[in-house]
Amino acid sequence: MRQNLYAAVFAAGITFVLTCLMIGVKLTSEGTQLQVVGASEAQWAWIFAGIALVFFSQLFRDQISTATAGIPRPNLGALMPDREKAARLKPWLIAAVVVGLFIWPFMASRGAVDLATLTLIYVMLGLGLNIVVGLAGLLDLGYVAFYAVGAYTYALLSAYFGLSFWVCLPIAALLAATFGFLLGFPVLRLRGDYLAIVTLGFGEIIRILLNNMTGLTGGPNGISGIDKPTLFGLEFNRRASEGYVPFHEFMGIDYNSGHKVIFLYLIAVVLVLAVLYVINRLMRMPVGRAWEALREDEIACRSLGLNRTVIKLSAFTLGASTAGFAGCFFAARQGFISPESFIFIESAIILAIVVLGGMGSQFGVILAAIVMTILPEFAREFQEYRMLLFGLLMVLMMRWRPQGLLPAKRPHMELKR
Amino acid sequence: MSQLLLDVNGLTMRFGGLVAVNNVNLSVHNRQIVSIIGPNGAGKTTVFNCLSGFYIPSDGSVVFKGEQIAGLKDFRISRKGLVRTFQHVRLFSNMTVIENMLVAQHRHLNTNLLAGLLKTTHYKRLEQEAMDRAAYWLEQVDMLEFANREAGNLAYGQQRRLEIARCMVTQPELLLLDEPAAGLNPRETKQLDELIVQLRDEHEISVLLIEHDMSLVMGISDHIYVIAQGTPLADGTPEEVKNNPDVIKAYLGEE
Repeated sequence: MRQNLYAAVFAAGITFVLTCLMIGVKLTSEGTQLQVVGASEAQWAWIFAGIALVFFSQLFRDQISTATAGIPRPNLGALMPDREKAARLKPWLIAAVVVGLFIWPFMASRGAVDLATLTLIYVMLGLGLNIVVGLAGLLDLGYVAFYAVGAYTYALLSAYFGLSFWVCLPIAALLAATFGFLLGFPVLRLRGDYLAIVTLGFGEIIRILLNNMTGLTGGPNGISGIDKPTLFGLEFNRRASEGYVPFHEFMGIDYNSGHKVIFLYLIAVVLVLAVLYVINRLMRMPVGRAWEALREDEIACRSLGLNRTVIKLSAFTLGASTAGFAGCFFAARQGFISPESFIFIESAIILAIVVLGGMGSQFGVILAAIVMTILPEFAREFQEYRMLLFGLLMVLMMRWRPQGLLPAKRPHMELKR
Repeated sequence: MSQLLLDVNGLTMRFGGLVAVNNVNLSVHNRQIVSIIGPNGAGKTTVFNCLSGFYIPSDGSVVFKGEQIAGLKDFRISRKGLVRTFQHVRLFSNMTVIENMLVAQHRHLNTNLLAGLLKTTHYKRLEQEAMDRAAYWLEQVDMLEFANREAGNLAYGQQRRLEIARCMVTQPELLLLDEPAAGLNPRETKQLDELIVQLRDEHEISVLLIEHDMSLVMGISDHIYVIAQGTPLADGTPEEVKNNPDVIKAYLGEE
C-alpha cells in the first residue's frame, strides 16, 4: 500500500507537470509581443480531474486489477472460422472487399473519398516499409527519403520534360530503388541501431538536398502545378490543356470535380492491390523465406551458401521502390510538393504503422494505416494534441499488445503427401 | 585409390598475440570420415571456422577439390560443396522443417523475381524439385512425418538430425560436423553413428568430424587428427591414436 502511495504521488506529479506545460499555459502573440496566457477555469478543472484519476488509479491499482480480472476477455481467436472453412471463404471475402473498394466512392462524399486516397498512400508506404522492417528485420528510419525521391521524380520530370504520370510511375519506382540500392550497398553490413542511425541520416540528407538545390527543385517553395494523371489521355479538368480532351466531354456528361477525386482514388486502389499481390507472392518465394531466415539466424544462412548482402539489398530495394510508387502518386494527387512533406515525422508515422500493425503482417499494416490516418480526422478538435494522442496510443499498444494489432502469420509452405 | 578432397597445409590462425591454431596439416580423401579430437579449447572449432570461411586464416593453404579456398567468403565456400554445422543447433526455429530445408536450397531455386511473381513453369518445376529433394533427405534422417512442424518445437535429437539433413540438401561433397553428438542420449548417438556411416557409404560424401564422444569417434573414423593447444599432436588410424603416449598424456595428464 505504501509503495502504491509513492507510485501514485509520482505518477500524479508527472501528469501535473506534463499537463501544465502542454495545456495549462499557452503562448499567444499580442501584436509583436508574446504573452503567456493561463488556461480557462474549465480547462483547469479537467486537468485536475485527470490528475486525480491518475492518482487514484495508481493508488488502488491492485484492487482495480483484481476487479478487472473477473471481466472475461474477448477471445478473438474463437470468432474466426476454423482453418478449412476460412480457406474456402477467403477468396470470396477478398473478392467482396475488392468490389466494395471500387464501388463505394460513387456513393460516398468527396471528402471521404479524398481521405480514403490519403489512407491508401499510407497503406502503400506501410506495406513497403513492412518489407524492410517486418520481413527482413532491417530498421530503416529514413524511409521517407525514398518517398521523396519518388515524388520529386514525377514533379521534376513533369515540370521540365512534360512527361505524363503513367510514364513517370515506373521511372519513380526505379529511381527510388536505385537510391535504395546505393544506400543499401555500403550500410547493410551494419546492424540494428547503427543501421537505424545511418538511414536516419540519409533521410535528412535527401530532405536538406531538396531544400537547398533551389535552382532545380525550387527549394523550400517546392514545386506546384504538377499535372494530374490522365485516363488514356483524357483529363479531369473543366477545360483540358491543348491537345487533350476533358473526360466529361468525351463521356458526354456534366463536369463534376468529384470525378477527379474518384479517379485518383481508383488509381490508388489499383496501386495498393498491385503492391499487395507482389508482396504476397514475395513472402512465398525463395527470397521471402531467405529474408525470414536471415532475420532468425544470419550465421546459419551464411553456412548454407546464402549471400546475405544480396538478400538484404533485395529487401531494401523493393521497399524503396514501393515508396517510389507512393511518392509519385502523392505528387500527382497533391499537385504541389515541398521538402516539408518529407520530414522525419513522416518516417516515424510510417514506422509506427508497421509496428502498430504487427511486424510483417500485411493485414495488420493496412488496419494500422487506416487507424493512423482516419483517427486524426475524427479528432479534428484535438489537432494540437495529435502528437500527444499518438504517444498515448503507442504507450497503450506497447502495454497491451506489444506484438501489434494483428501479429504476422506468415504463410507456411507445406509438404503435401 | 581414393582422391584427395581437402588438403590443408600449415594452417595458422592468430588473434593478436594469441596463436589459436598453429601449423595444422590435415587431408580428407573421398568417402572418408576424418575426426579431429583434442581437449577443450584446443582450437578445433577455430580450424572449422578457418576452413568454412568464417575466419580468414592468418597463414597456410586450404585446397578443396584442387582449388585454393582460404580467404574466400563463407557463402562461396559453402557453394563449392563444403558445408558445416555448428556446436549449438542453429535452425530457423520459427520456420517449419520443410522451410528450413528449402532455405538451404536457395541457390538451387529460381530466384528471379519476375519468374516467381508470374509463377513460370520453370519456377514451379525447380520448386517442386527442391520439395522432392527436401522430402528425400527428411526421409533419410527419419523426419518426414515432422515436415510441417515448426523446427523450434522439435526434440533436441531431432533438431540435430534436421541440421544434418539441411546441410545434405545443399548437395555438399564434404560435411563438417562440429560436435554432432553433444547433448544426445546413447540411443540417439547410435542413430547418429549409423547416419554418418550411411552418408559415407551410400551417399559417397566425406565427413570431417569434431567430437568428444570417443566411442563414436573410434568406431567410425578412418583417420584421426589430435590437436592440443592449437598444435597438431598426432594423427593416424583410431588404433594408432589410442595407443599414442602423447595423446594419452594430453588427455589424462602426466603421472
